Amino acid sequence: MTHITEELLIEAYYSDIDDMSRQHLQECGECRAEFERLSGLLDSVRDYPVPERDELYGSDVWARLAPDLPAAKPRMNWFRWWMLTPALATVVLVAFLAGMFTGQRRAGISEKARERILLMALSDHLDRSQILLTELLHADPEIGLTGEQDKARELLGENRLLRQSAAHIGDAADADLLDALERVLLDVANGSHSSSSNGLQMIQQRIDSEALLFKVRITGTDARRRGQNL
Amino acid sequence: MEWTDSAAADEARNGNQQAFRVLVERHSHSVFRLAFRMTGNEQDAEDMVQETFLRAYKQLHQFDARSGFGTWLYRICTNCSIDLIRARKRRNEEQPFAGEKFPVHWLDRVASPGPSPERLTQSNQITNRLEDALKRLSEIERIAFVLRHYEGHDIEQIAAALGVQPNAAKHSVFRAVQKLRRALEPAWGVAAR
Repeated sequence: MTHITEELLIEAYYSDIDDMSRQHLQECGECRAEFERLSGLLDSVRDYPVPERDELYGSDVWARLAPDLPAAKPRMNWFRWWMLTPALATVVLVAFLAGMFTGQRRAGISEKARERILLMALSDHLDRSQILLTELLHADPEIGLTGEQDKARELLGENRLLRQSAAHIGDAADADLLDALERVLLDVANGSHSSSSNGLQMIQQRIDSEALLFKVRITGTDARRRGQNL
Repeated sequence: MEWTDSAAADEARNGNQQAFRVLVERHSHSVFRLAFRMTGNEQDAEDMVQETFLRAYKQLHQFDARSGFGTWLYRICTNCSIDLIRARKRRNEEQPFAGEKFPVHWLDRVASPGPSPERLTQSNQITNRLEDALKRLSEIERIAFVLRHYEGHDIEQIAAALGVQPNAAKHSVFRAVQKLRRALEPAWGVAAR
């Protein structure tokens, strides 16, 4: 007698089995025992609790999402602090990384503190890059990108330092992400988008196709978590 | 007026954000549930919910009403999950199911109310092995298993979500269950006796 294969038993568990196999399963004690064994195992991992979300959760998601949708986003609200933060952050970062690359160890600064500073700097940089990428995705080619161009220039130097430091300590994933981000920043800073009406679209497509905004957000969040846990 | 998903998507495509709001409010719970099961972490799941709807909004022109809006969203959420898992793997961190980053892992909560000591022992043994087994699944296998086992999707829906042929989806579920079974059966068999 040909018994039911494991693949068919799994299909049977999920009620995807054909009539002939179903009948065999009813008549063959050996296959039925095997099926019950499989069912018991799969049932044992069936209970998979998910944290509760209340009935207003959909409204909460919308409230967080709506500002990021194109028509609803005010474009220049954060302009003032943006003008100051990158310059300050870059000065601190340059000083910090200069020490790191030359191998100097300042008294009182442990490796852990050094790593924490770097992670927080990375997180801060990616937060501001995230804002710029969101602006770029929602930008109107008719209006132009003068403001975004300035911001890209400001972020570029900082990005380069962080990319080099990530490569220096062997963090290939962060280095790759910063490299992808740098190419976009470079295009925007150099005004590649203004040479043709397709330029901005190409930048937007690159951000989309590489899921760059998502990766920047996730990596930024991870860096902050890692930094806070040190 | 109660919009169907398809009608709301049409309206949203024409720039009606309130129509998109209807879709967000209607599908947020299910997208969160899926995202959490794929990542095992609340914060990652929230990020994925946000990213899923953002991508959906930007890609509304690609939505084909024949596939169903929910299925289409699942596919986007699945892609977000794959991006996240790949990013994490590359960074050599613990994978979403590995536990160290997530103090209360979802598998730690797999137990019925008031379990007996025997049940706890069984659950712990299975949990430990299940963690190892899940780590060994490929991304596609893990997602296919979550969709089949926990979300109750049929093979056609899983194939649509993964963007693969039904046979490939079926094989992914089979491989996932097979690997889990090989890993879990010894502990489950002993504990169940």
